[in-house]
Amino acid sequence: MARMKFVCDAERCIECNGCVTACKNENEVPWGVNRRRVVTLNDGVPGEKSISVACMHCSDAPCMAVCPVNCFYHTDEGLVLHDKDICIGCGYCSYACPFGAPQFPSTGTFGVRGKMDKCTFCAGGPEVNGSQAEFEKYGRNRLSEGKLPACAEMCSTKALLAGDGDVVADIFRTRVVQRGKGAEVWGWGTAYGSKQAGQPPGGKS
Amino acid sequence: MTRLAFSCALVALMGLSGCGEKPQTLGSNKGHVAAFEGAHNTFVVPGWTPGDKSSWEQELKARMLRTQNEYSKMNTANK
Repeated sequence: MARMKFVCDAERCIECNGCVTACKNENEVPWGVNRRRVVTLNDGVPGEKSISVACMHCSDAPCMAVCPVNCFYHTDEGLVLHDKDICIGCGYCSYACPFGAPQFPSTGTFGVRGKMDKCTFCAGGPEVNGSQAEFEKYGRNRLSEGKLPACAEMCSTKALLAGDGDVVADIFRTRVVQRGKGAEVWGWGTAYGSKQAGQPPGGKS
Repeated sequence: MTRLAFSCALVALMGLSGCGEKPQTLGSNKGHVAAFEGAHNTFVVPGWTPGDKSSWEQELKARMLRTQNEYSKMNTANK
């Protein structure tokens, strides 16, 4: 299997926020934290586009590079997960992340932020798969249940695609060929390198 | 004097070697249990065998194509 990836098809996203709601509900994300958000580009201008943004699980993750306590790790599926028992809530990762993925649940006394929280691709964390402890810290581990992330499965227009990068790119490429436009995928190059998702293997970047 | 300068340069060089980039290699996953091992709850979908990686991959791939690729559901004449 290739690496797990997200693609948001801006031609299809209708800004319904179903992905945001699905994520918050499935993972019981605390108030003040949105692991996923819908962002509108060129808001109010004819031809505006909306995209759903969360942690893209970058190939070369900047959050991982700047973490002073090394709480991040890459799984074999290419997911960027973190250990909340190690996180000290310094916030460096939130400055480094180009997608604004790391979130902090608290604005407490003396600027205490709490442990960082972010999208896990519905893959939990370093606890027993599907356990209560894992759920309370990281949310549902849907991958270990044989499911895909809740945001993508909930998406009514299938704008948000998630899963094996090769399959996701194939699905997206078929769409682009059929409709003849909209090959640009916002964030793909930043997260996974310069090659666009709509390009055939070996095509120009 | 030259020897002293050389020694200082050598020490500085050795000190710099500590400023290397941290490796970001796959597999340094701190005891994370792989997803294909399955979840310890009642929400695991049937159709695959927990612990069998290829079975898990096939299940996920089939789920992706079933739920995310509507072109596969279309009549081939209309594709």
